[in-house]
Amino acid sequence: MALDSKIPSGPIEKKWYNHKFNLKLVNPSNRRKYHIIVVGTGLAGGAAAATLGEMGYNVTAFCYQDSARRAHSIAAQGGINAAKNYRNDGDSVYRLFYDTVKGGDYRAREANVYRLAELSNNIIDQCVAQGVPFAREYGGYLDNRSFGGAQVSRTFYARGQTGQQLLLGAYSSLSRQVAEGTVTVHGRHEMLDVVIIDGKSRGVIVRDMVTGEIKSFAADAVVLATGGYGNVYYLSTNAKGCNTTAIWRAHKKGAFFGNPCFVQIHPTCIPVSGEHQSKLTLMSESLRNDGRVWVPVKKGDTRKPKDIPEAERDYYLERRYPSFGNLVPRDVASRAAKQVCDEGRGVGTSKMAVYLDFADAIKRQGKARIEEKYGNLFDMYQEITDENPYELPMRIYPAIHYTMGGLWVDYNLMTTIPGLFAGGEANFSDHGANRLGASALMQGLADGYFVLPSTVSGYLGSTELKKVTTDAPEFKVAEKEVKDRITKLLSVKGKYSVDHYHKKLGKIMWDYVGMSRNEAGLKSAITEIRALREDFWKNVRVLGEGEELNQSLEKAGRVADFLELGELLASDALNRRESCGGHFREESQTEDNEAKRDDENYSYVSAWEYKGDGVEPELHKEELTFEHCKPSQRSYK
Amino acid sequence: MNFKLKIWRQKNSKDKGRFVDYTIENVADDTSFLEMLDILNEKLIANNEDPVAFDHDCREGICGTCSLHINGRPHGPKPKVTACQLFMRTFRDGEQITIEPWRAKSFPVIRDLITDRGAFERIIQAGGFISASTGSAPDGNAIPIPKADAEWAMDAAACIGCGACVAACKNASAMLFVSAKVAHLGKLPQGKVEAKKRVLNMIAQMDKEGFGSCTNTYACEAECPKGISVANIAYLNREFLKAGLS
Repeated sequence: MALDSKIPSGPIEKKWYNHKFNLKLVNPSNRRKYHIIVVGTGLAGGAAAATLGEMGYNVTAFCYQDSARRAHSIAAQGGINAAKNYRNDGDSVYRLFYDTVKGGDYRAREANVYRLAELSNNIIDQCVAQGVPFAREYGGYLDNRSFGGAQVSRTFYARGQTGQQLLLGAYSSLSRQVAEGTVTVHGRHEMLDVVIIDGKSRGVIVRDMVTGEIKSFAADAVVLATGGYGNVYYLSTNAKGCNTTAIWRAHKKGAFFGNPCFVQIHPTCIPVSGEHQSKLTLMSESLRNDGRVWVPVKKGDTRKPKDIPEAERDYYLERRYPSFGNLVPRDVASRAAKQVCDEGRGVGTSKMAVYLDFADAIKRQGKARIEEKYGNLFDMYQEITDENPYELPMRIYPAIHYTMGGLWVDYNLMTTIPGLFAGGEANFSDHGANRLGASALMQGLADGYFVLPSTVSGYLGSTELKKVTTDAPEFKVAEKEVKDRITKLLSVKGKYSVDHYHKKLGKIMWDYVGMSRNEAGLKSAITEIRALREDFWKNVRVLGEGEELNQSLEKAGRVADFLELGELLASDALNRRESCGGHFREESQTEDNEAKRDDENYSYVSAWEYKGDGVEPELHKEELTFEHCKPSQRSYK
Repeated sequence: MNFKLKIWRQKNSKDKGRFVDYTIENVADDTSFLEMLDILNEKLIANNEDPVAFDHDCREGICGTCSLHINGRPHGPKPKVTACQLFMRTFRDGEQITIEPWRAKSFPVIRDLITDRGAFERIIQAGGFISASTGSAPDGNAIPIPKADAEWAMDAAACIGCGACVAACKNASAMLFVSAKVAHLGKLPQGKVEAKKRVLNMIAQMDKEGFGSCTNTYACEAECPKGISVANIAYLNREFLKAGLS
């Protein structure tokens, strides 16, 4: 099967405009006859379900949380980018587009990214209208800040809780549609399979997580907005429930998986403290605007930070990247932190941490100003570490945060299965090999409010869809498969808990497929994951029954999928013998240890096709062309 | 650290439920409360006993999923944190810790420590929104909003919908939750258009769900992990009166 990205022709500024005109419409009075399923209710899913409902479609949304308001978009702290240029500092749609393509290390599609930058302004307007309480200046106008290495102030924010406020905005619109009767939301329901009839996605199989009942839902189109797969590493900044199951099952039903090895490791997280640790907490990147990152010059320096004189501190980001300093993109900052720790210059008891120091900022701006800007983050840090960051520098270390990879989609955000769409973090589309700060919220909402409602309509308006009910044999087969798998998980009755396997998988992934990757390590990872997967199915212990609320069973299904995805992730990393963005291959670096991209051989999107269990997946390549952003080696020096 | 745990176990909504005693040993003081329960569950699974079911997700204090009543207090003894942000160093070594689900008629127990907070969903659906369909918005800076109003709105909007206010209230009143949404939207010019309808519908739904009345004990504010102020309740009462009179 040849990949067709369906990028519209014409100048980049006109592509989306023309494409929207060319998309077929559905008459308003006919829309209620179409049933659309949306899985996931975060920014992308919540916004898409609400907007499709407003347009008059009949929408059913599912989430594993008890409420749509709890999707993990809620945890995003820093902000959302938009090319409003309210600060008159030279920003524009074109500049946001350019920065995003460059930040993604030239592994994203230009047309998609341009559309994203274009829609960014509409998002802010929409959110303000919904009552999102963005930060404002005394004149009553919206405030902005510079974020994550951007040289313009284009980030809109609501204290350190921007994701929460944007999600509550989408949730309120969704709730309004529930009241209107256009959308039905099923909380505590987990999607376990997608149903394909005549080559088109026509529904899903879900498990009611309270009763354990397996249910079928038929539809005319299905949207997956189920987030990323960072929890394949066990420890990440994702919520505990975040999982790959929906997109993985779709992959196994024929949807290609794009760039699985592009994983973002966020530089400013609270370091791991011990074996019992269940998740990692992010400290917003905005802290790097005022905090200075450093480690001692000497190896194994155990002095307290305040006893280390200025001359014996290495502000390594400022030293190595004088023009961007502490604000270099995430991948660069993370790798630099790993390097200094590997050199034995890490701090704290684990020695796997670096300092983020606010002493200078407090001296210059006063404690009150710092408190105003970062108060809630400082409190959170103190809560977790029992240390006061106003007096001691914070200790931070990189952690898995976001996955740029995801289901391969065309310009319409449709996967390789007709009628199956993917939005937000669940698709691979806009961030290339590295996502810039404050761009995840932008992409989730652009997909949800603006792109999917147009393109899903376009699909429905131009596709002949025969009537389908859940009595169709395809539903019965899929239901049986889902039930059999649950029975299988429950009947292993082995020795080890699901968490035991999840932690082991996480360690393999972090050690070999983490911040720095090499051929030998990746090959070991693949071997070890295969062995672990085999052991899982022989020795996992899942207590209780299928027909009840069973959290071990929920986890078991998710970890079983992670055990398969982990291998694909490692295979993709092995195939991509270049360093780009978050993907660093030790074989491909410059003399001063910077990432070295190989445009000649790897300027493509890897799209993997599932070929059966135990069979090598097939790699398809979508070649990337750059007409506007000429690939150059990224330099932040 | 070692602890004696007294945990509410209830198989499903029909089961009567009971407390069961457990002991847990050698817990590091920087273990979070939920991680302590993870450790207990691993131990239970190793002994072929059903693990304790509890709601949790983000584990960074923002999603509002975790909902444990610890030693008689929603989210435990520490002010302004959720149970997931509570660390074992807060407790004394050897202490007995009682863990229960939220106790309120409107939040029925589903299993062990998990309750059904669907009533909150229906209250928001009754009016906790601004009717602004996608595509209809003017420029974000078209309507300036005084900073003080935006800040008040943000303070109220910080509610995570966990239900601690209800669990803390002797009447199981949902007034803090409802008032936070009414104030968040009502303080903004965009939300004023529907203010009257909003407050009436949300209050009507709140009553229908069986939540109790507010008797101004302020237990909700004291236990709210996000420090939502009872000043919002005063605001709500004023809006409610105004709506009734006009």
